[in-house]
Amino acid sequence: MSDDSIPQLRGYDDASLDRAFASLTADLERGAGSLNGADAVEQFRLEWLGRKHGRLKTVSEAWLKTAPPEARRPLGQRFNGLKERIEALLTDAAAGKHRAATGAAIDVTLPGTRPQLGAEHPIVRTWHEAVRIFAAMGYSVGTGPEVETDYYNFESLNFPPNHPARDTQDTLVVVGQERKPLRDRLLMRTHTSPVQIRTMEQQPPPIRLVIPGKVHRNDAADATHSPIFHQVEGLCVDEGITFGDLKGTLDHAMKAFFGSSVKTRFFPSFFPFTEPSADVQISCIFCGGKGCRKCKHSGWIELLGCGMVDPAIFGFVRQKQPAYDPEKISGFAFGMGLDRIAMMKYGISDIGLLFSGDVRFLEQFA
Amino acid sequence: MNILSAWLRSYLPQFDASDRELADDLTLRGIAVEGVFDAAAPIGGSLFETDITTNRVDAMNHYGVAREAAAIYGLTLAPLDTTLPAAHPGAGHPVRIEAPEACGRFTARILRNVKIGPSCGIVAERFAALGQKLILNAVDASNYVLFGMGHPTHAFDLDKIEGAIVVRRARPGERLKTLDGIDRVLDADDVVVADEKKALGLAGVMGGWDTMITPETKNILIEAAWFDPAVVRRMSRRHGIHSDASHRFERGADFHAPPVASALVSQLILKSRGHIEGELVDVVIPQVLARVAARRSIAFSVARCAELLGRTSDGPGITDEVSTGILHSLGCTLAPSAEGRYSVTLPSWRLDLEREIDLIEEVARVYGYNRFANTLPTFSGTVLELPNAPKQTAVRELLLSAGYHEAISSTFCSATDAATFAPQPGVAVAMDNPLSEEAGMLRPSLVPGMLTMLAYNLNRNVDDVRLFEMGTVFTGSPERVDEAQWLAFGATGRLRDGLNSSRALNFFDLKGVVEALTARFAARSVYFDAFPVASGLLPHWLNPARAARCVVDGSTVAYFGELHPDENASRKLRQPVLVGEIYLDRLFRHSLRQPSTRDLSRYQPVRRDFSLVFPDTVHWEAVGSALSGLAIAELQEYRPAEIFRDPKGKTVPAGHYSVLVSTTFQSPDRTLRDEELHAWSNSIVSTLESLGGRLRTQ
Repeated sequence: MSDDSIPQLRGYDDASLDRAFASLTADLERGAGSLNGADAVEQFRLEWLGRKHGRLKTVSEAWLKTAPPEARRPLGQRFNGLKERIEALLTDAAAGKHRAATGAAIDVTLPGTRPQLGAEHPIVRTWHEAVRIFAAMGYSVGTGPEVETDYYNFESLNFPPNHPARDTQDTLVVVGQERKPLRDRLLMRTHTSPVQIRTMEQQPPPIRLVIPGKVHRNDAADATHSPIFHQVEGLCVDEGITFGDLKGTLDHAMKAFFGSSVKTRFFPSFFPFTEPSADVQISCIFCGGKGCRKCKHSGWIELLGCGMVDPAIFGFVRQKQPAYDPEKISGFAFGMGLDRIAMMKYGISDIGLLFSGDVRFLEQFA
Repeated sequence: MNILSAWLRSYLPQFDASDRELADDLTLRGIAVEGVFDAAAPIGGSLFETDITTNRVDAMNHYGVAREAAAIYGLTLAPLDTTLPAAHPGAGHPVRIEAPEACGRFTARILRNVKIGPSCGIVAERFAALGQKLILNAVDASNYVLFGMGHPTHAFDLDKIEGAIVVRRARPGERLKTLDGIDRVLDADDVVVADEKKALGLAGVMGGWDTMITPETKNILIEAAWFDPAVVRRMSRRHGIHSDASHRFERGADFHAPPVASALVSQLILKSRGHIEGELVDVVIPQVLARVAARRSIAFSVARCAELLGRTSDGPGITDEVSTGILHSLGCTLAPSAEGRYSVTLPSWRLDLEREIDLIEEVARVYGYNRFANTLPTFSGTVLELPNAPKQTAVRELLLSAGYHEAISSTFCSATDAATFAPQPGVAVAMDNPLSEEAGMLRPSLVPGMLTMLAYNLNRNVDDVRLFEMGTVFTGSPERVDEAQWLAFGATGRLRDGLNSSRALNFFDLKGVVEALTARFAARSVYFDAFPVASGLLPHWLNPARAARCVVDGSTVAYFGELHPDENASRKLRQPVLVGEIYLDRLFRHSLRQPSTRDLSRYQPVRRDFSLVFPDTVHWEAVGSALSGLAIAELQEYRPAEIFRDPKGKTVPAGHYSVLVSTTFQSPDRTLRDEELHAWSNSIVSTLESLGGRLRTQ
């Protein structure tokens, strides 16, 4: 007997059996794809398990009954496997696992409707990161005015009037200051360091403070310099604070900022308000220290200035807070450019982008 | 400055490390070598490009850098050879210091029968390697000594000097043509090196034109002096001359250097021809000598030094031997005063060393900063946020989630913008030395910066923009500048919420942000209002037809709305923009609202809609107040669900609008009865009718 609802079985050897059953299984799975709704399920059941014309019945009639005795076992196993698969598909269908699709199919590869989220500014993002890193080391946050007096911006930080050190920070000055005594003249703060003095005047040691803020210098703008920029300043004052503590703190902070494989190195520098003073370099975050264009092939990138608080600073502060006795306490301070760190971390090539409000630039931080 | 390694090595006969190693070690000890290049033959070796911090004037020359290297490597520094041929008899040139506060020392030496011509030999070779221009041998000799050991000197044409050298204050109005060819008018703050008749040069800054060395010069007077740093700095700044000499004098030169420098310059000039006449005339002001060179010794404690620097990670640590060895190598003389304590006499070339802490820095520096262990200090105490930080975070998060990107703009604005956007006239503060004309004022408002940023985007074909900036605004006067934290936000273009769905941003998008923002704060009342044009209450940069202010508990916290079309046109913005300013300082006087909940009712809410027509003069504010005024506890919510105006005046008469008022009633403890709903509906309708509303017939 032959029936075109089943494939032709060319022999009872394994290869022929496999070929025939593979063809049946392919038909079965194709049919299973459209098990939507009760009618379809019933039709599927009849097609395969129907008592009179079901395909299994046909297989049984056409192949099983005529099989030679030695072929019954391999044939029977394959037959039972097929039957179990059909029953499993019908059980799933009965359990509602194959609900009908309703409505026109959609193209799921089209873009989703994204919520339009604003992006935190990269400087603010870096600012928050700095605050978080230092907060974990016990640092509170401080701020101060952007328009400062000469006293807080320079004099109390040990920049005497007419001192060459003032030349390094070209200052933007508020109009009409000539008549005032030098110490009261108003200017745009050139660094966040005045907040060190203001805070120490307000509270006795110990102090651990991190001071983020906007600063201004009368510098020409180019791709890496802006007359408007941001710093984060740090101050730690207590009994027994050492130069090693300064090194350890900044080494930790740089690892927190740039990853634990970053190394730091310190070398002498000069700031009027710290002694000893240091510049800090980190191993190049782009090449890992091997040398590349970004680090000018040195393997190092200069990132911040720091030092032990100069006893003269405590001298200025003691006028208001006698507890700052340099014989009893010591401390360190550091400052770094938030803009520069943001530019490095996010690969920003032009500092001007930070202050342009360019949506195409900002939305990359969303 | 540029340093030749071969020149350094001439002072360090035992030195055998490589130039590269030397460059690294100098850098790590504070003489930053920023570039190492091959030096031109026949000098050979390397040219170091160094950056020396302003406090280290002693190291701005080859001998000074060699001294650093000697300290680093524990080498002996060769002494400078200052031997001179015997002088011919003579009285020397008379010198008077009439301004002792400005000039602490002045030496004069006469060289006669010299031969002026081009330099040759080692001077020419080293200048070539340094890229330094040669002038004439006597002038080059002075510069060579400056690069070699750091002290400025000056050579005068002796035959043009009339009488004694006098160092004095300039007479007001006195004139001097300096070596750069500029005729300068002097004042009494200037100090000049003069003769009996005229000024010869600006002391410590620049020599004069009339007495300069020329190929015809036969006899020379060599000046080597010490001038006061502040006096030189003042002159250098006033006259805008930054010379090698002024750079060094204003940072503090070595009081003992003039005779040495004078001898070295003389040696070089005499190589060609000539002889010395008379002994060196050396006038010293004893008070300055005592103040500057013979400074008091300072106490140094090894224990204090080790305590401040902390543990070292390699080497012997900060021992007595290490620290005193370093100080000694830098030129200090140490006399023990007690166990581990020394009285330290300071070298005359290190005016930057004044206190024990300066010596501690020297020890740390020469020992090597990176040989100290990284440690973390112990900490006890609490970490404090800024008081407004949670409020700032709440505001920032709200604006970010509303799709506004955070931006930062210039702190400054133009005088025109300051006048337009200042909260009151005349409160903006000008800069004395502005970055540019457009940045002449401290910004009294964040709005001009916001408009600049919106324009920036529109000009680059970015049409859908939403930005905010939180920043400082400045008001006051030159006497006192007040700072406040404000927020500006701006929006333009369309809001896209799907593939085919977008709409133009409008006033209510801004108002929604302000509503959501004020809702984050605990306040008894929040209301919005607009003003007629004539009232002058609304900032004139806003379009009065589409702008409002927001008042929280009686205080204005925001103005916002459509930018006035005139302002839009003057900025050439190619589409309407919405902009607002929020006075965060006022908003932040309120605490953040603490959420509090009510029990959710188990009973069914009932919705009733009312369609009414009102004259345009009746605002929603009046409708809402009337509904609240009914004091129906079960009236949970009312809102305008739809508003319609008919431009043709058919379905709704002109000057009127129809509104669908949607209300929801719910009781916490019972199911509402039809009768009571009916009664409430009636009172709502009659109240709204009494406002001038007319119920629409369906």
